[in-house]
Amino acid sequence: MLGYILTIANFACIYALAILGLNILTGYAKQVSLGHAAIFALGAYSQALLVTKAGIPFFASLILASLISSIIGMLFGLPSLRVSHDHLVLTTIGLNFIVVAIVEYFDFFGGALGIVGLGTPQIFGHLLATREYLILVVGLLILALIFCWFFSRTWAKLLMEAIGEDELAAAVLGINVARIKLLAFAVSSALTGLAGALWAQYIGSVFPKNFGLELSITMLSMLVFGGMGTIRGALFGALFLYCLPEALRFIQNYRMLLNGVLLAAMVIWQPSGILGKGGLLDWQNIVRKRKAQ
Amino acid sequence: MGQIIANAVILGCTYALMAIGLNMVYGLLKILHVAHAGIYTLGAYVGLLIFRTLTKSLWPGLVCAMVAAGFAGVAIFHILYKPVLRRPRYIALIASAGIFAASQELFRLIAGPYPYAFPAQFVFPAIRTKFFYLTSTQMLILSFTVVSFIVLYFLISRTKIGLAWQACMQDMDIAGTSGINVNRVITLNFFLGSALAGAAGILVALYRNSVFPTMGALVSYKAFVVVVLGGLGSMPGAVVAAMLLALVESLLSAAPWFEFPRDALAFLTMTIILLFRPKGLFKR
Repeated sequence: MLGYILTIANFACIYALAILGLNILTGYAKQVSLGHAAIFALGAYSQALLVTKAGIPFFASLILASLISSIIGMLFGLPSLRVSHDHLVLTTIGLNFIVVAIVEYFDFFGGALGIVGLGTPQIFGHLLATREYLILVVGLLILALIFCWFFSRTWAKLLMEAIGEDELAAAVLGINVARIKLLAFAVSSALTGLAGALWAQYIGSVFPKNFGLELSITMLSMLVFGGMGTIRGALFGALFLYCLPEALRFIQNYRMLLNGVLLAAMVIWQPSGILGKGGLLDWQNIVRKRKAQ
Repeated sequence: MGQIIANAVILGCTYALMAIGLNMVYGLLKILHVAHAGIYTLGAYVGLLIFRTLTKSLWPGLVCAMVAAGFAGVAIFHILYKPVLRRPRYIALIASAGIFAASQELFRLIAGPYPYAFPAQFVFPAIRTKFFYLTSTQMLILSFTVVSFIVLYFLISRTKIGLAWQACMQDMDIAGTSGINVNRVITLNFFLGSALAGAAGILVALYRNSVFPTMGALVSYKAFVVVVLGGLGSMPGAVVAAMLLALVESLLSAAPWFEFPRDALAFLTMTIILLFRPKGLFKR
C-alpha cells in the first residue's frame, strides 16, 4: 500500500512539474498548446537516449534532457512567430503526430518497440529507491516552484502577459514579440522536458504510444481546471486531477470522459479555474471581498 | 497509376466533406471546431445502429446519421459556443477539444473499443475503364460529395438564406442590425456542416468497413490541415487543398522508397507551409 501511494505521489509531482511548464506558455503568454505531450516526449526520449546509448550518469542527463527539450521546444515555437492563435493550436496538435511518427519511424529512437532498460537511477553510486526518488522529485518540484515564483516577478512574465492580452498593442509599445514568445516556449519546454525525463527514468522505458494527443488534452485540462496563469492553479490542477481517478477507483474507466467534460465545463462557467484569479476558491479574492463588505 | 489517382480522388472527397463543415463554422464564428471529429464518429455509429437494428438497407441509416449529426452540431453550438462567443476565441477551442475527448470516450464506453464491421449491401453503379476501377462504394462517395457541394453552392449563392449567410460571414453585428436572424443562420450553418460530417463518417465507415471510437481523430486533423492549406474560411480553397493533400499522400505512400508515416507528413507539410504562407496557400 505504501509503495502504491509513493508511486502515485511520484507521478502526481512529475505531472505538476509539467503543468508548471505549460502554465508559462499557455497561462502567461496565452499561446494555447495542445502539443505539450510532444515536449514531454522530448524530455523522456532525451533522457532514455542519454542514459542507455551515451551512458551519461542520471543527474547530468536530467539537466541535459531539460536543456535539449528547451532548445527543440524553442524550434517548435517558431511557427508561433508567423501564425495567429488558431493556426498555432493546429500546429501544436500536429506536433503530437510528428514527434510520435519520428520516434516510431527511426530505429535510432527504438521504433514502435520504444527504449527499455533505463535502469534504477543512482546518485554517486547509490541506487535510489522509490521513496528516495520521491524526495528527489519533490525537491525538484519545490525548486521549480521557487523558480516560477521568481519568474512571475520578472519583467519577462509581464511582457508575456502583454503579448497574451494583445499582440499588436504589445508590439506597438516596443516589445520584441518574437523574442518573448520564443523565451516562453524555451522556459516552458525546459520544465516540461525535465518532467518528461523524470517520468522516463521512473518508468524505466519509453514507448511512442505514451505521448499521444490524449496526454496533451489531459495536461491542458489540468491547467484550465486549476486556473490558467497562476502557479497555485497549475500545481493544484495537476495534483488534484491526477489523484482524483486514483482516489475514486470507479472513475478510472471514465477518466478521459471526466477530463474532457471538465475541460469544457470549466472554460464556460469558471474560465479562470478553481484557484485562478477570481476563481471559485481564490482566497485572495475572497478575503478582499470580505474586507470590502 | 490511374487507380492510385482514382483512389486519391475518393480520399480527397472524404477530406473535403469534413473540411467544408469546419470551414463553415470557422467562416462564421472564427472558432476551430475540433469537436467536428466527434460528430463524424457519431454519424458512423448512428448509421451502424440503424443498419443493424432496424433495417438491412443503407439509406435510412445514411439519412438518420445526417439528421443526428446535424442536431448534435446544433446542440454543440447552443450549449458550448454560444455562451463564450464574446470571450477570447481560444476559450471555445479548449471547450471544443474537451468535448471531442469526451465524445471519443463516450463511444468507447457505450459501444466498446473494438471496431465493428459495416457490411451494408446496396445497389449503385460502378465504373470500370481501362485505367481505373471505381467500386460502387467509391462511386457513392464521389457522387454524394459532388451533389452535396453543388446543392451547397446553389444554397449559398442563389437563395435568400444563402444571402443572409454571406452577410453574416462578412460582419455578424451589422447583419444582425439589418434584420437578419443571426442565431438562425448560425444554427442552420451548424446543422448543414455537421450533417455533411455525419455523412462523411458513415461513408468512410462503409468504405473501410469498420467503425471504432477513435476513427474521427486523424481524419478531422487532416481536415484541419486541408482547411488551413486552403485558407481558413475559403470554400473552393478547401476542396482544392483536399484533393491536393489526398493526391500527394497517395502518391508518396505508393512510392516504395518512401516509408515515413503519411499522417505525420500532412502535419509536417502544414507546419512548413504555415511558416511561409501564414494565411494558407490560396489566400492573399
